[in-house]
Amino acid sequence: MNTLSRRLVGAIPVIIGISFLIFLLMHIAPGDPVTLLLGDDATPADIERTRHEWGLDKPLMVQYWDFLSRAITGDFGRSLKFNEPVMKLVAERLPATLELAFASLCVAILIAVPLGVYSAIKHNSLLDHAGMSVALIGVSLPNFWLGIMLIYFLGGQLNLLPVAGRVEYGIEIKSITGLYLIDTLLTGNFTGFWSAMKHLLMPAVTLGSSLAAIVTRISRSSVLEVMRQDYVTTARAKGLSEKNVIWRHILRNALITIVTILGLQLGALLSGSVITETVFSYPGIGDLLIQSISARDYKLTQVLILMFAVTYFVVNLLIDLLYSWIDPRIRF
Amino acid sequence: MAWLRYLKVWVGGAILLVLCVCGIAAPILSPRDPQSQTLEDRLRPPRWFENGSPAYLLGTDNLGRDMLSRIIYGSRISLLVGIATVVLAGLLGCALGAVAGYFGNTTDEIVSKISEIFLAFPFLLIAIAIMAFLGQGVGNLILALMLSRWVQFCRVVRGEVLSIRERDFVTAAKALGGRDGYVLLRHVVPNTFASITVIATFGMAIVIITEASLSFLGLGVPVHIPTWGSMLSEGRSYINRAPWLTVFPGLAIFVTVFGINLLGDGLRDIFDPKLRRQR
Repeated sequence: MNTLSRRLVGAIPVIIGISFLIFLLMHIAPGDPVTLLLGDDATPADIERTRHEWGLDKPLMVQYWDFLSRAITGDFGRSLKFNEPVMKLVAERLPATLELAFASLCVAILIAVPLGVYSAIKHNSLLDHAGMSVALIGVSLPNFWLGIMLIYFLGGQLNLLPVAGRVEYGIEIKSITGLYLIDTLLTGNFTGFWSAMKHLLMPAVTLGSSLAAIVTRISRSSVLEVMRQDYVTTARAKGLSEKNVIWRHILRNALITIVTILGLQLGALLSGSVITETVFSYPGIGDLLIQSISARDYKLTQVLILMFAVTYFVVNLLIDLLYSWIDPRIRF
Repeated sequence: MAWLRYLKVWVGGAILLVLCVCGIAAPILSPRDPQSQTLEDRLRPPRWFENGSPAYLLGTDNLGRDMLSRIIYGSRISLLVGIATVVLAGLLGCALGAVAGYFGNTTDEIVSKISEIFLAFPFLLIAIAIMAFLGQGVGNLILALMLSRWVQFCRVVRGEVLSIRERDFVTAAKALGGRDGYVLLRHVVPNTFASITVIATFGMAIVIITEASLSFLGLGVPVHIPTWGSMLSEGRSYINRAPWLTVFPGLAIFVTVFGINLLGDGLRDIFDPKLRRQR
C-alpha cells in the first residue's frame, strides 16, 4: 500500500469519529429542535408528526447510521431555514470562502515570509526587533476588531473601499468557478474584477493579519535554526554568493517548517472566516454557519461544522504528504 | 539581551496584574453601575471630546451606560473565563498526557486517537459548535473553551513525559521501590511545569480572544452581562456615529492579550535553553 492510500485509510476512523462527535453534540443539546422550530403554537400531534418525518423518534445509533449512510451518497438533507438541499447552499457559498481564505493566505505569505526571513538574516538588529514587535502586536489583535476599525477608517472616514458584500450592486458576474476574481478575468469583465478585488481587500487583510504575525515569527526562528547548520557554513566556505546561500540552502530548508505552520493555520483561517464574514457581511459559509445557528437550523449547522472539520483534516493530510516533496529526506 | 527577557515578563505580568485588580475590585473602581441607563446621556462622547461630559470619562453607549464601568466589569468575564478554562483544560490535558506518556501502549494509543479527533477541529470551531448546541452561559462557555484547549496541554505533556521517563532519576526512583503513581506525580510531572506554564500563558491569551469572538458572534455569555466582545458587537451598529463604542472595548482586549503574550514570550525565552542560544 503506498503512502497516500495508507494515510487515506487511516483518515477514515478519524472522520467517522468527528462526525459522531458532532452528531452526539447535537443530541445532547438541551431543547428539542422540533419544538424550537415549530414554535409554541404547535400541537403535540404536529410535533410528533414532524419528529417522525425527520426520523428523530428512532434510537440514536439508528439515526446516526441513517445520517452516515446518506452522507456517503452526498445527501445531507434539506435546510430547515432555507428549505433547500444543504449541499446546494454549501456549493453556492463555498467559493466565496475559498476565495477569501486564499486571498488571506496570499496576504500573510507576502508580508510574513520576507519579514521573517529578513529579520533572521539581520537578527538582533533594530529591524529584527521592530519586525518581531509588529508580529507580537499582530498576534494580539482580535481580528474582528481590526475588521471594524478598517471599516471605520478605510470604508467610513476615507471612503476608499466598500464595506460589505462580494461585488457592487448592479455588476453582473457570469459564474464559472464561483471564484469572482477568476471568473471576471476569464470573461474579460474588468469592471467586475476591480469591484471584486476592492470588496475582497479588507476582509483578506483582516483574516490574514494574525496568520501573518504567526508566520513571521515561525519564518524567523526557522531561518535562524537553518543558518546555524554545518551545510550553510560549507556553502559559504565554498565561496557561494550570499544570495545563493540564502535562496538555495537556507530558504529551501527553512521552508518545511513554514509550510507546516501555514497548513496548520489553514484551519484557523477557515474558522476565522466565520468571524470575518460576519463583520463584512461576506456571503461565504462562515456567514451561513452563523445564520444557521441563529435560526436553530441544526441540520445545516451540523453539516457545515462537519465540512469545516473534514476540510481542515484533509488539508493537514495534504501538508503531510507535501513534506516528502519539499524535503526528499522525509519518507513515510 | 537578558534584560529584554525580564522586561517582557515584568511588563506582561504588570498588565495581567492590572487586569486582575480591575476584575476583583470592579465594584470599587467603577464610577457607576455598568447596567444603569441614563437615556438623556446616551451616546455621549469621551470626556476630552467637545460634547463630552466630565461624568463619563470614556463616554456612554446607546442606552446611556457608562463605558468605563462596563469595560472594568468586562474584565471580570475575560479573567474568569481565561483562568478557569486554562486551569480546567490544563488539569485534564496534563493528566491525560502524563498518563499516556508514562504508561504508553494501549493507554497512549487511546489518548492519542482521542486527541487526534479533537485536533481535527480548529479550536474556535469546537467552541462555536459547542456553544451553538448548548446555548449561551458562562459555564457552557468555559466548558466549550476547555474542550477545545485541553488537547494542546495533553500533546506537550505527553511528549515531555515520553522523554523524562527514560531519564536516570526516574529509573532510580523506580529502583528504590517507588510506585508508578508516586514516580509520575513526584518526579516526572514536576519536570514538565516549565512547558506547562508557557502553554498556559499563551493559552490564556487565545482563550480571552476566543471568548471575545464568541460574545461578538452572540454565542458567549448572556447579553445582560457586560463583556468586551458583546460591547464591540453592540457598538458596531454605531461605528460612524459613536466610534468610541468599538474603539475602547477593542483596545481593552488588545492590551490584555498583548500583555499576556508578552509574558508568555518572556517565560518561553527564560525556560527554553535552545532559544537562549539562538539570541
